[in-house]
Amino acid sequence: MEKAAQSESDKLIIKGIEFSSRLWVGTGKYRNFEEMAQALEASGTDVVTVSVRRVDLKRTAESLLNYIDLKKYKILPNTAGCYTVEDALRYSRLGREAGLSDLVKLEVIGDEKTLFPDVIGLLKATEILAKEGFIVFPYTNDDPIMAKRLLDAGAACVMPLGAPIGSGLGIRNPYNIKIILETVAQRYSCPVVVDAGVGSASDAAIAMELGCDAVLINTGIAGAKDPIAMASAMKHAVMAGRLSYGAGRISKKLYATASSPLEGMLL
Amino acid sequence: MKLKVNGQSIDSNAGTVQALIDELGIKAPAVAVEVNFSIVSKKDYSTFPLKEEDQVEIVNFVGGG
Repeated sequence: MEKAAQSESDKLIIKGIEFSSRLWVGTGKYRNFEEMAQALEASGTDVVTVSVRRVDLKRTAESLLNYIDLKKYKILPNTAGCYTVEDALRYSRLGREAGLSDLVKLEVIGDEKTLFPDVIGLLKATEILAKEGFIVFPYTNDDPIMAKRLLDAGAACVMPLGAPIGSGLGIRNPYNIKIILETVAQRYSCPVVVDAGVGSASDAAIAMELGCDAVLINTGIAGAKDPIAMASAMKHAVMAGRLSYGAGRISKKLYATASSPLEGMLL
Repeated sequence: MKLKVNGQSIDSNAGTVQALIDELGIKAPAVAVEVNFSIVSKKDYSTFPLKEEDQVEIVNFVGGG
């Protein structure tokens, strides 16, 4: 069991990069950039995901990066919207060329309706990008065998989905996440980050209580009625979940065990 | 000269990638450029020549999960 959370030694380090927050936040879907900036601040995060897209030639839109302090936040470019290995490689390379990060949140999407990953394509892309020196964070299924294959291919961590992207369904298969943590992640000393599906603070706490190293949330925050309040809720849930994991919960029992002594009761 | 930039046909006098970026007034803090599906490194922007019918992609970061 790791030391209690919140201590300095509980920092998450991946490939030498130190992450001060275990809550990672997406930058999509906010009503405007001001709201996004305030939500990021409230979340306490230090890593934000972004997407690679064409520059608006009419320059009607403001630049996202005007609202993100690069001294404060690490940039994690994603390959969202890529359905083939070729596209995922192209977007990854463009994201790195932009010059802010060797990290990539690698997505190879298999299906438009579910946005589930095409794990075969994901594995191929992971192998190629890891060889090119990328620090690859693959968005994958909650499949322990695939997690192992991705790590063998050079992934720096695995990011199993809790539920479909944007669904808010929470951690649908905590047992698989637990198996990934207990078998693959432990053997490879590799972080596990739940990516996608977290809809509320309790979902985030469950992921952390399972022993996950971090959670990545976008829609769960940006889509809330009050994204700034939800960002704060997620921050506290991630910290509470991490502490709870470190503290070691009691085992579950079918019957009651009294908390108050029987001794000294009136006859 | 006719170029295709981000899917749009434009008339340009830009002889290099840097000249095109300046001509379009792009001031995004972090961009990446492809010409005919090959990435052009930042250090080559001012020397990389553009020619008629080149397909150019200029990308930056937008909000995403």
